[in-house]
Formats: sequence, C-alpha cells, structure tokens
Amino acid sequence: MVKKDQILMDHGGGGKLSNDLIAEMMLPAFDNPVLSHLEDGAMLEIGGSRLAFSTDTYVVDPVFFPGGNIGDLAVNGTVNDLAMCGAAPLYLSVGLILEAGFARSDLQEIITAMARAAKLAGVKIVTGDTKVVPKGAADKIFINTSGIGLIQNGVRISAANARPGDHILISGTLADHGMAILSKREGLAFDTPIKSDTAPLNHLTARMLTACRDIHCFRDPTRGGVATSLNEIARMSGVGVRIFEDRLPVRPPVAGLCELLGFDPLYVANEGKLLAFVPPDHSEAVLSVMRQDPLGADACIIGEAVASHPDRVVMETVIGGERIVDMLTGEQLPRIC
Amino acid sequence: MKYVEEYRDPHLACDLIHRIAAMGAPPMRVMEVCGTHTVSIFRSGIRSLLPSTLSLISGPGCPVCVTDQREIDAAIALAGLDNVILTTFGDLMRVPGTISSLQKKQAAGSDIRIVYSTSDALDIARRHPDRQVVFLGVGFETTIPTVAASVLTATEAGISNFFVYCAHKCMPPALDTLMADPETGIDGFLLPGHVSAIIGTEAYLPFFEKYRIPCVVAGFEPVDILQAVLRLSEMIQAEAPQLENAYPRAVRSEGNPAALKIIREVFEPCDAIWRGIGRIPGSGFRFREKYRRYDAEGHFQINVPAAVMPRGCACGDILTGKKLPSDCPLYKTRCTPVNPVGPCMVSSEGTCAAYFKYSG
Repeated sequence: MVKKDQILMDHGGGGKLSNDLIAEMMLPAFDNPVLSHLEDGAMLEIGGSRLAFSTDTYVVDPVFFPGGNIGDLAVNGTVNDLAMCGAAPLYLSVGLILEAGFARSDLQEIITAMARAAKLAGVKIVTGDTKVVPKGAADKIFINTSGIGLIQNGVRISAANARPGDHILISGTLADHGMAILSKREGLAFDTPIKSDTAPLNHLTARMLTACRDIHCFRDPTRGGVATSLNEIARMSGVGVRIFEDRLPVRPPVAGLCELLGFDPLYVANEGKLLAFVPPDHSEAVLSVMRQDPLGADACIIGEAVASHPDRVVMETVIGGERIVDMLTGEQLPRIC
Repeated sequence: MKYVEEYRDPHLACDLIHRIAAMGAPPMRVMEVCGTHTVSIFRSGIRSLLPSTLSLISGPGCPVCVTDQREIDAAIALAGLDNVILTTFGDLMRVPGTISSLQKKQAAGSDIRIVYSTSDALDIARRHPDRQVVFLGVGFETTIPTVAASVLTATEAGISNFFVYCAHKCMPPALDTLMADPETGIDGFLLPGHVSAIIGTEAYLPFFEKYRIPCVVAGFEPVDILQAVLRLSEMIQAEAPQLENAYPRAVRSEGNPAALKIIREVFEPCDAIWRGIGRIPGSGFRFREKYRRYDAEGHFQINVPAAVMPRGCACGDILTGKKLPSDCPLYKTRCTPVNPVGPCMVSSEGTCAAYFKYSG
C-alpha cells in the first residue's frame, strides 16, 4: 500500500492523486463555499459585480520549448482559467522565484514573452514580486500568476452545469503542447516540428458567448488532457459523456509521436485549446463563430453529454467498439517493450 | 501507405468482426502474451465487439508485471546506495516492493531518474563520471538489443561507471511453461509483434512442434488483431494448427539478425524467476564473462530483504490466465491504480490496470 506520509510527484500530476490531496487537505482546511466548487477559477460577487479570480504556478522543464517558454504559459494559463469561468480577464499579478545563477538573458526573454502575451490577451500585469533562492533550491525559474476578470450578466459557466443533450465542442487539435515538451526533452527532431499551442483563449470565448450566452461549461484541458477534463465535468454535473474517436482532431506529426511512444492523445496536455458544453440548438452557431477565430479554425463537435452512465466518459472507437475513458491516475509514460 | 490508418479502417474491422461472429465456433480461449496487445485490445474497443464465446486472455506479457519481487527489492536497495544514480523506465517507479517503492525512495532523497532508453542512462553516466549509474534493465527481447548496444558503446568509449541490473526475460520459454500447466486451458496464442520482430517466427518453431497449438504473430492495430483472431478461430475450429505470421510488414522468419547478434555477443541465457509463476529455465539473461563488469548485481553489495508477497494478491493466477482481475479479492477494493498492491495494477500494460482503466 502507498503510505500517505510523503508528497509524491503524482500529487502534482493533476489526476486522481492531486484531487485526493485537495479533497483531504485543502478543502477541509480552507473550507468555504466558493472553494468547494473547485472550478478553474473562483467566482465572486463584490458590490453587485461578478468577478472571477484564479491562480496558477508554472514549474515546467524545459523552460524554453518549441512554440514558447514558461512566460507564455504563465500569462496564457491564468488568462485562460479566467476565460473558462466565462470572464473577460483584466489584471494579472506575477510572482517569480529565481534560482541563483539563472542567466539574465534567459530571464529577459521570458519577461519579454510575458509582456507580449499580456498584450495579445489584452490584460495588464499590475503587481508582482521577485525572490531569488540559492542554487539547487529551485529549478531555474518558477512563476506564479494570479488574475481577475469580470463576468457579464447572464453568463453562468460551471463544470456542474452540463446537461444531457449538450454538444461537446473542442476548439482545435489535441496533444500539441505535451508532445512539444516531450520532443524537446527527449531531443527528438521531426520534419514538421511539433510546437506548443500556448495561446490566450479569452477572445475566442468572448465570441462564443455572443453567439450563445447560455454556454454551460468551458474547460481548458491542460494537465491530464481532454480525458481528465471530460471526467471532471461528467462527475461535477452528474451526466454521462459520450465521445467519438474518429472526430478527435490530432495533427499527423503529433499522432505519429504518440504512436511511437505509446501515448494516448486524450491524456496529453493542451495549452491553447478549450472544451465547451453547448445546448444542442446553439452548437452550429457557436461552431461557426469559432471557426472564424484563428484559434478555432479546427473546431468541431466531438461528442455529447448523455443521461445514461452518469459520471462516466465512454468513447466509441474508430472501429465501432466502445471503451471507457478514465481519468489519468499518474503520469503517462512511454511503452517499455 | 502510412501503416496506421489503413489498419484502423472501420469497414475492414467490421468485416472481420462479422466473419469471426459468423463462424459460430465453440467457446475458445485465446491468450496474448504482450502488454501492448493487452492495451491495444482494450483501447480499440475490440473486447466490446467480439462474440462472448471467444475469450481473449491476457498472459504474462507485461515486463513490469513479471518482474519478481526480489528484483524490485534489489533495485530499491541499489537506489539507496551512496553515490549511485538509479535510472529506470517510469513504469517501475510505483511498483510496491516488500518495504518501499522506487517512487517513495526518490521522495526520501535517493537519486532515481526516469529514462526512456538505455542510451539516456549512458549519457547520465558520461555527464557524471564521479557517480555510479545503474540502469534497471526490464523488458523482453524488444528492449534487450538497446541494452546490449549501450554496453558495447560503453566498452568502446571506456565508460567504467555504467552498470545494468539485468532483469530481462524472454518469451518462448514462458509459452512452454504455460502449456505445460494443464490448468491454463489455452486453445491458441496471439504472439507478440514487437518481440517477434526481433526473434523472428523461427524462434517459436520448437514450441509449436512440441504442442501443435494454433499460433499467429500479430501487429497492434485493430485490423491486425482481428485478422489474427480470425485465423486463430479458423484453425481452432478446423483443428488444423499452424504457426502463422500475420504481421509480415514488421516480422520476418529470421527476425532481426543484427539485433540477435548483439544480444548473443553481450548476454547468455540463464534461468529466471517470473513473478507469480516461479522459475522458468532459460528464460532470463546474464552478462557473458567478457561483459560481466557491467553487471550491477556482481559489482554492488546490497542487502535484499526476504521477499514477502502481499497476501491475497492474485497476480500470479492472473498472469497465467487462470483468473480474471475481477476474481482477485483485492481488485478495486484494496488494490487500485492509486494504491496498487501488485505490479499488474501499477504498470500501464498490466492486466489489472487495463481492466480497471478501460472497463471500470
């Protein structure tokens, strides 16, 4: 039996063990109705306005990867958590923990990327903090960003709001970010380089909400991939989810690398994609506006919420079979043999 | 041809499924002995489409699952030595040993690093000449050539701080053990595609001649597997056993001569203990005299506790196809992917983990 006296790498993986730690330690300690919703961001009512508030910490290694760096992730990640609440992101804070010896030029490149990402997203970085720790006490650079945004009237986005019959939309191709990181880490080179898809999704969500104010759920499938996000929504909403393998968009080089290593794209992280649960009579309208956005060109419907098998995600496979799509337990690992 | 999409063609797959169902064959038990087959069969949804009379049984094909408790304990002991960097495939991190696990040992401060291949381990040895780097060698014949190649590279480059703890095993002797046990009740074998790419179909001839049981070497895409299952059903029904290669795009009768040559250069066969099965003669590998300096077991003094198998764990019966995961009293109760008791639940290719993940 795994003794629970130590924190293990799996506790940071975003899957079952992470959720258990939150349920067993964080929720009881902090205990309030806002936190217990466990959405991507907290939704608060202050002085008649509805605010979304979110935080995230970035410890990715490698710090620089095809398609961006940790700075891009740090800005886009929190912007996206706010956008997933249906909010228009406004302001971010930035906390830096730097390892002594980290190259100043690397830091400059990361800061420049953060400024560029903030500008693209239309948010302002309004406060921050910098700490330096001795060599070995941190791995190069850790970044925390927190953000606030405004939620408009009539928008009620929540992982608990999915309804049977909802169409499930994805904004583009799966697994680009996770496989870009892996290809960099493993020094794998391809004719068509695999790049991270890190991007701010708030302009896309704003467009989608103009086409349909009553979108039920947004989720950006980061750690744990699409499979984990769908499982979270299924459980929090008490619905079943049915997806179709032949509708999942995956770029050929990404599919190729997944095959090579034995990875399932459904479990690989994305940093510039979103899932949406949309009432079925609005899904075509929403899809149409998505495809007009540069970040939604490959948007498609991948499945639907159903009343049967609540809390479970089931996939119809390419050959017409069926299998359960479970939540990620530990880290996904390449095949040995 | 891209060799992926074509072998996932839904029309081809449907046609094969109909032909299998239309045969109306009596109940039959077909065993696969490859972790990648276990996972592919589930992931593709084939299990949900085959007639209930056809049982696809998972055998001892998961290299992590058949790694003996003592081998896990030895790896944990090696990781605890001063100045040692233990390098391992990720799947082994969470396997519970008698007292601890590699993951817990890492959390307690041991230098244990996940690598994707032996050459990564060799690179670590090059970068840390003052440390002793041990690679935990687990895997069947698919993996062994890469280990042999790294040992040859280390010899050429004069790298003296690189060692291998050799827990590798080979498949054909295990097939013999399975057939010699009257309780396993197998009617045909789906033979492993990757292993066969290395050893060739010829390697199965002695086994086939001895038992005259239908055997088909299969690839991993849905159409590959269904094609092989159809051929096995036909052979079983007609009582006309053959040894067939249904994966000719990757497997030749002579295998991969270059890979076989370097395996034989570096290693020689020995007996090995397979978890839950016991000693299988000639199923393991040890370093030949010339390369024995790379053998971690000979080089390091380690204290390995007496292996204690967890009570109630049915991994052994599950690995030999005598029980299904649901027959194990610990399955989904005490033993889950988050809290595994045995390696069949830890490894991503383990039978219990696959059943849990894909069928609930």
